Amino acid sequence: MAKKSLTVNGKRVSVSYDDPQMPLLYVLRDNLDLHGPRFGCGLGQCGACTVHIDGAAVRSCVTPLSAVSSKQKVVTLEGLGTAQKPHPVQKAFIDEQAVQCGYCINGMIMQSAAFLAKNKKPSEAEIKAALANNLCRCGTHARIVRAVKRASAQA
Amino acid sequence: MNIQISRRQALLGSGALVVSFSLVRPLGDALAQSQAKPLALTEVDSFLAIDKAGKVTVYSGKVDLGTGVTTALRQIVAEELDVPMARIELIQGDTLLTPDQGNTWGSLTIQLGGMQLRQASAAARQALLAEAAKKLGTDQLTVADGVISGGGKKVSYAELIGGKSFSIKLDPKQPVKEKAPKDYKIVGKSQPRVDIPGKVTGSFVYMQDFKVPGMLHGRVVRPPAIGAKLESVDDAALKKIPGVKVVREGNFLAVVASSEWDAIRGANALKATWSKSETLPDQAKLWEHVRATKVAKEDVTGNTGNTAEAMAKDGAKTIKATYDFAIHMHGSIGPSCAIAEFKDGMLTSWSASQATHNLRKQLAQMFSLPPEKVRCIYFEGAGCYGRNGHEDAAADAALLAKAVGKPVRVQWSRADEHGWEPKGPPTLMDMRASMDAQGNVTAWEGDFFMPQQTPAGFLVPLVAASLAGMPYADHIAPGNVFQNSAIQYKFPNIKTVCKRLETTPFRPSWIRTPGRMQNTYANECFVDELAAAANMDPIEFRRKYLDDKRGLELLDRLAALAKWEKRPSPQKAASGNVVKGRGVSYVKYELVRTYVGVVAEVEVDRTTGVILVPKFYVAHDCGQIVNPDGLKNQIDGNVIQTVSRTLYEEVKFDRSRVTSLDWEGYPILKFPQAPDVVIDLIDRPNEKPWGAGEPAAAVIPSAISNAVFDATGVRLRSVPYTPAKVKAAMQST
Repeated sequence: MAKKSLTVNGKRVSVSYDDPQMPLLYVLRDNLDLHGPRFGCGLGQCGACTVHIDGAAVRSCVTPLSAVSSKQKVVTLEGLGTAQKPHPVQKAFIDEQAVQCGYCINGMIMQSAAFLAKNKKPSEAEIKAALANNLCRCGTHARIVRAVKRASAQA
Repeated sequence: MNIQISRRQALLGSGALVVSFSLVRPLGDALAQSQAKPLALTEVDSFLAIDKAGKVTVYSGKVDLGTGVTTALRQIVAEELDVPMARIELIQGDTLLTPDQGNTWGSLTIQLGGMQLRQASAAARQALLAEAAKKLGTDQLTVADGVISGGGKKVSYAELIGGKSFSIKLDPKQPVKEKAPKDYKIVGKSQPRVDIPGKVTGSFVYMQDFKVPGMLHGRVVRPPAIGAKLESVDDAALKKIPGVKVVREGNFLAVVASSEWDAIRGANALKATWSKSETLPDQAKLWEHVRATKVAKEDVTGNTGNTAEAMAKDGAKTIKATYDFAIHMHGSIGPSCAIAEFKDGMLTSWSASQATHNLRKQLAQMFSLPPEKVRCIYFEGAGCYGRNGHEDAAADAALLAKAVGKPVRVQWSRADEHGWEPKGPPTLMDMRASMDAQGNVTAWEGDFFMPQQTPAGFLVPLVAASLAGMPYADHIAPGNVFQNSAIQYKFPNIKTVCKRLETTPFRPSWIRTPGRMQNTYANECFVDELAAAANMDPIEFRRKYLDDKRGLELLDRLAALAKWEKRPSPQKAASGNVVKGRGVSYVKYELVRTYVGVVAEVEVDRTTGVILVPKFYVAHDCGQIVNPDGLKNQIDGNVIQTVSRTLYEEVKFDRSRVTSLDWEGYPILKFPQAPDVVIDLIDRPNEKPWGAGEPAAAVIPSAISNAVFDATGVRLRSVPYTPAKVKAAMQST
């Protein structure tokens, strides 16, 4: 087993691995026991696994461990905020009750937070375009858009 | 010590109640007490326990599939017991602890499960009041926050019953008096969902997150063709991965490893040879295949007057149309996942099954165990929208756990889910009607082609059992797909028949709004065709044949909400490349419960054939509303998910297997195509609460088709309405 250090949610961590091609998603979920990033497709098609790497929204299911350096800042849903101290986007999702099963919501929040950091006052069409590659099956789209709008109004 | 209650009985107007304090035992440790935990639907203790700290534990056989019902069920119990919601813990879907309230399906969790909890809570409250009356020496009592006050004194529920059992019988024939809706403080008010803070911050534990000490990870290797036989396995490439083990049982093949990634690598590296198998029809000729399939039996669901006679009458104008609805998948965003462990002769299965009690029966049969040696425990997964792959993942995990003698977690891949979850069967509908010279409907006929349902039960065969050659019941279980084939309109002559087919191309199961969605699609499009033939406004036409007061009121509210302009379809002002239209649809769910009416606003690009649905108006009457915001969330979901089904979704296959194995092969709606949903909730606090998890989905495909007709004058009779079909339909008219 090889070892590698990563910076996850502000902490330096060491992970053991056999295969450098192992996607970051499995490192986060299985080695570090984080629940935010979720396995949805393993193909980068649905967005459930989204994390931030240096502030950019990245699909962790198609990002090999070898492509992440220890200097890069990996942030997961847990690193964004907590139920006690939620990030403004997380708070907006609670306020709008913008969740049904919630399995996709990690991706919705991570994608939106990265998007809003760059585009503070987006239009509804821009929000929809920013989330176009995040799939929701329950049909929570309208509420999610409202939540992102709410978060942007408070930014 | 048994306490007979007489004073309170008269006061509260209920049947006889016995509060027994003789069976004193702590309920705090549910597992330790599990052998004694009652499960019968006729016992209050099956549903409720109150501990010494005043915490209320609710045992619910109905589970939260991501719809928010655990919040709504808490509201019902909190209201009826007069305790704060925060003091309620809810245990769901555990065959050892929760009563069998039936599968979580059919929009019945509030309507049936919630009402059982309401009865149990009312009975418990009544007994607690009776006991308090004795203790406090007065029957002038008030209850707040689980504390009963009277005569200047107080006693808490915890003091009265804490840790002891109620030992009260419930008799559905003699219901206990419940709180008057006018006194409700929690039910009927929007309450924030209890699960959302954890879900948006990553602390919520889904099935996919759950871990059991010492567990291994399994990955299945499914045949490349349905019915293919496993001929040989070459595991040479696996030697590079430490600790990987191959499990082969008949045609069931899997690898087990110590980490999930190793299991995935192992499954990918395994080289298996399978026999050729071509059991599926040619997709290009699917509807000919359906029409040619042997009819096992005919269910006559509507039969009024004599349609043949009416249609043969002089001057009768006959109208015919055929509709079809493609094979669909549930399409959960999180592929199925389960953990199983064999220990001391007992199988424990953790899964996101909507039907843990039925899953227990199936796993018991598969492993030739008595059902009491199987415990199925529910963990919430991604939304399933019916019977998807969760039960199959549970069977995979159990088979592997038995083979390796350790707990095993199985996580399906995206291709496993798309390829092997059971499918919503193809449905074909032939509609005929006749009208007289004045445009009155004189007869209505519908033939609905759908698979049969094995009478013995709703048990979708487990993939692992059939591949491994282990015992299973070979059911065909599409669910109650006959529902809503009968019609809600008062035509003088009606004949509706469900042709129950002996087989269907894929293992079928129920998908949200099963049959009701497909049948209502045909019925509500065809009624729109008749309205157009009669040159009448589509709402006016429906009203003419309705005598249901609630239905008529709903249509009025809908017309007001959508600012409906009274006129026949199609609209006359169509010009330009992108044309707009509006379409209505209405359903009384299963003809006996929830009413929904919708208006769709569409834009059709005549060059590309692309349909957009920017807006849906919904009027919804499901009787008493428990959580208005939760209900709106469900209605949004029904509308948006079914817009996706209507415009984009169709399982593709070749002669051997499903070929739509990812989200590119089976596209679903994306954000830019999501409609705004404007909702008018019709609350009827004094009526029974009916279901809302499905009904609004039933009216979506027809509303869109009717709106496209309004915009273009073209009828779409084949779901999904792909651009190619839209263009072809426009060219043929």
